[in-house]
Amino acid sequence: MKFSYYPGCTLKTKAKDLDAYGRRAAEALGITLEELPEWQCCGAVYPMAKDEIATKLSSVRALVSARDLGNDLVTLCSACHHVIKRVNGDMQNDENIRTKANNYLQLETPYAGETKVIHYLEMLRDVVGFDELKKKVVNPLKGRKIGAYYGCMLLRPSKEMQFDNPENPTIIEDFIKAIGATPVLYPFRNECCGGYVTLSKKELAQKKADVILESAMEQGAEELITACPLCMYNLDANSTAHKLPVHYFTELLAEALGVK
Amino acid sequence: MPATEKELAETIRRISGVDTRKCMKCGKCSGTCPAFGEMDIHPHKFVSMVEKGEIDELMQSKSLWTCLSCFACVERCPRNVEPARLIEAVRLAVIRRQGENYLKADQIPELLDEKLPQQAITSAFRKYSK
Repeated sequence: MKFSYYPGCTLKTKAKDLDAYGRRAAEALGITLEELPEWQCCGAVYPMAKDEIATKLSSVRALVSARDLGNDLVTLCSACHHVIKRVNGDMQNDENIRTKANNYLQLETPYAGETKVIHYLEMLRDVVGFDELKKKVVNPLKGRKIGAYYGCMLLRPSKEMQFDNPENPTIIEDFIKAIGATPVLYPFRNECCGGYVTLSKKELAQKKADVILESAMEQGAEELITACPLCMYNLDANSTAHKLPVHYFTELLAEALGVK
Repeated sequence: MPATEKELAETIRRISGVDTRKCMKCGKCSGTCPAFGEMDIHPHKFVSMVEKGEIDELMQSKSLWTCLSCFACVERCPRNVEPARLIEAVRLAVIRRQGENYLKADQIPELLDEKLPQQAITSAFRKYSK
């Protein structure tokens, strides 16, 4: 099974682990992730303005590139996934944005949102299947109590992201079970970590991250997993609450598959 | 000549694509907002003030810089009003003016620390600068 793969900027720099473990684990699962030959930064936030075309073009280029290679597109960073998936939705549903992006790009074949965009976790759930994943685990993470941190970008707006139930998601808990560990449910798992506000209003982001960590600890989580480098930073480096270890989910996946 | 408030309100509607008349004033957007405590004007007020054309006051609001773009208000609005789009549109109406960037490149070095991901800088720039 082969996919085009969009790593994104942060996975080439501060979040190399998220990428490296993700690639290794995919290989162990018999999945080929082919990095797109030329990709550009997605911009990290989805441009909500209806009159902004330029800030959506890098996503369109990635989507076109995957289409021309005949592949579905796998993303791994939550933010990249959010941006690329929503821009793809605009190319399908917003005639004004579609027309202007195509007028600008002058592609041989105009683009109208044909590429299927899936997040790595969706690939595990819908392509590999958690039951199959379980069978391939050689080092089950028995006894580990792990809280899934979903954050915002994968889930909302659910109408566009169609990732999971936005208020009561299960995909990461199902993943945790598949690798042999015990998921710990806690109420703040889909609340915002503070996001980019961490740059200009550090204390606001700290407050948000602390509430999440405290909520997870109260319910008995001993570690958290995330798919987002900015959530990782806010929960791990920027929080002031008593710390829980935070890992990228791909690290635990690689560990369970014996390829860490 | 500077734009009148009426013209500004039209611009906000166009940029955001939001139909403020759909709002039934239930307040769920503000009730669910994780930045509620850091805002002077709350999400439900953005909707009613755009509806009334009170844009000058919105453009001065500190909420423009505390909205986390978490999409909780968008997800939970029972009328699909999407208040976050209005906040983004007003923020853009501010930073699209010359010299009104909220975050400037020469501020960045002192804000950096070793673990800060590139994603944080890129997203803050996208939100706060033109």
